[in-house]
Amino acid sequence: MTCAEPLNDTGRLLSGAAPGLAAHRARYGPAPVLGGPGELVALVTAAGLRGRGGSGFPTARKIAAVAAASRRPVVVVNACESEPASAKDATLLRHAPRLVLDGALVAARALGADTVVLCVHRGTPLVGWLRAEVAARTGDGVAWQVAEVPRRYVASEASALTRFLTTGEARPAAKPPRPERRGVRRRPTLVDNAETLAHLALIARYGPGWYRSVGTAGDPGTTLVTVGGAVARPGVYEIALGTPVGAVLARAGGPTAELSATLVGGYAGTWVTDPGTPLTHDPAGRYGATVGAGVLVALPAAACGIAETARILGYLADESAGQCGPCAFGLPAVADDLARLAAGRPDPDLHDRLVRRVGVIAGRGACAHPTGAVRLAGSVRHAFAADVRAHLSGRPCRPHPPVLPLPAPHERDRTWQ
Amino acid sequence: MAVVTALWYFARGTGVVSLLLLTGTMLLGLLGPLRVSSDGWPRFVLGGLHRNLSLLVVAFLGIHVASSVVDTYAGIGWLDAVVPFGSVYRPVWLGLGAVAFDLLLALVVTSLLRRRIGHRPWRVLHWLAYACWPVAVVHAWGTGTDAGHGWVFLLTLVCVAAVAVAVAVRAVLGPRRRARAERPDPVGTTANRPVAYPRGVAGRRGAAS
Amino acid sequence: MAVTAPHLAVDPIACQAHGLCAELLPGVVTLDEWGYPILPAGPVPPALRAAARRAVNACPVLALRLATD
Repeated sequence: MTCAEPLNDTGRLLSGAAPGLAAHRARYGPAPVLGGPGELVALVTAAGLRGRGGSGFPTARKIAAVAAASRRPVVVVNACESEPASAKDATLLRHAPRLVLDGALVAARALGADTVVLCVHRGTPLVGWLRAEVAARTGDGVAWQVAEVPRRYVASEASALTRFLTTGEARPAAKPPRPERRGVRRRPTLVDNAETLAHLALIARYGPGWYRSVGTAGDPGTTLVTVGGAVARPGVYEIALGTPVGAVLARAGGPTAELSATLVGGYAGTWVTDPGTPLTHDPAGRYGATVGAGVLVALPAAACGIAETARILGYLADESAGQCGPCAFGLPAVADDLARLAAGRPDPDLHDRLVRRVGVIAGRGACAHPTGAVRLAGSVRHAFAADVRAHLSGRPCRPHPPVLPLPAPHERDRTWQ
Repeated sequence: MAVVTALWYFARGTGVVSLLLLTGTMLLGLLGPLRVSSDGWPRFVLGGLHRNLSLLVVAFLGIHVASSVVDTYAGIGWLDAVVPFGSVYRPVWLGLGAVAFDLLLALVVTSLLRRRIGHRPWRVLHWLAYACWPVAVVHAWGTGTDAGHGWVFLLTLVCVAAVAVAVAVRAVLGPRRRARAERPDPVGTTANRPVAYPRGVAGRRGAAS
Repeated sequence: MAVTAPHLAVDPIACQAHGLCAELLPGVVTLDEWGYPILPAGPVPPALRAAARRAVNACPVLALRLATD
């Protein structure tokens, strides 16, 4: 567990770029082999690693759940990156793909898994490269597969992935049973975000103490964030967990305009007005913002946060798998309410109705999609309180080009297969 | 008046009652998923009625079968009640009764074990109801010595007509998969809405509304 | 492992908004504006266990259950 060349504390993943497998091996050595599931769980527990897909779920608990099941597990690497404003997984796969594969290999070997499936969105430019890379990786003792998942927002939710890999239908499944207990082909399945596994590879090499040397006690380590919107240098950055929003925007060159708020977490995230809000997977600030999937979009004051949110809610409603009533009916309703509000055409009941709907939908889907969507919708009330009041009094929002990115129609699949 | 004659009438009487009850069960089963209800007739009452009527049918059929067998006139054996087409007396018509009886037993048993079977397999199995009822009607028509004329004939006609209408209504409206989506008319700025679930017409707002 | 008291849970994918649960548990299970049930959190009080079981058995699509996990 020694490292001749200690990695930069805030450049663990992205400084790990290596041109080829040989250079990667020269730098990191072979993927460490752990004694078994117990050692892996102990290691990850000591490190305090949490999932980088958005929820920040303790990775050790997931691994322990997989290890507790009796059948031979499957490891799934989730590199779909369905968040339209996120580019961190693609960046990671370009800069340090072998860290991701090593992390998956460490987990697979310790759990006794014989199959690792790399999941990427259909048509991703990386697919060809990934197929070649895994074809070159013989002698790992696991079968590597690459799966192309429909480019839909909820298709890369963990149970949607395991359902897709089992039946070909990429829609979330009802829980229980969770994928950790019954996933791909009814086998216990560890579904982890690509970045999570890259961190795992480094933890296996450098140890939990090294990992914990940055970050917060409850959420140690670094994380990748995608910074966009009104900043000088938008892009993917690696930050220590706990870094305040303002400091991250400064890393990206600082705001290029006066900002009204920053979207934090992704399209299941929260509008944040306090630049001092620390970025971790634990809810922080007055309205419980989390770093989520690592997305930050700085909104210029000239744009309307309500119109932006209405547009995103329309997208999220459209991306519903249509399986659960509160999501299939609730999200279009919330999107309509927000659109009416943004247009300055409220009916007298709109405010109360919107508050009620946001409150009633959360937590009532098979997956977190409706919960995340209404979290974003609800945060509008706090972040843009003055705008909400103005729109309620019938004043429409100022015209402004869209700030929050959405995939173009040709980048979106309509199928679930 | 011989006991034998009384038994014969008893068998025919319970047969007619069974057919009526089975028709009632069928109607409730057909119309239940249309989500029709009122304050006085909430959904769970209709569901309970469907279930209890079907159990009542089994009870009446038990008597119907028992009295037919005990009555020695036709020489029907116990086995003939469940094994079709083996009887000496009107093997085809009687056999259809046995088929209907078997189907009904299968429907009742799978429904009582619904939680264990799972919803989807149960639903598939419950399609047997569409076989059970017509077979029972044909059995009644063919076996019933007095089915061809008079008020029993009329009753059978009414049953057939009622089920035919209910099947047609069900086929046209379909089982309501979703409640009504009560949302305001869309404003132009939102994206396309999911198309998988049409806005229905028979939504329910609440238990007491 | 302690045996936890059962709580009401719904499979939101299976649920088709039939609403029998709200009929059988008035004031306990409410329906949202689209007809889908809103379940109370926490264990079912002993006084309501029988009614809860009845609601679970009445669900036409078996979406409602009493869960102990």
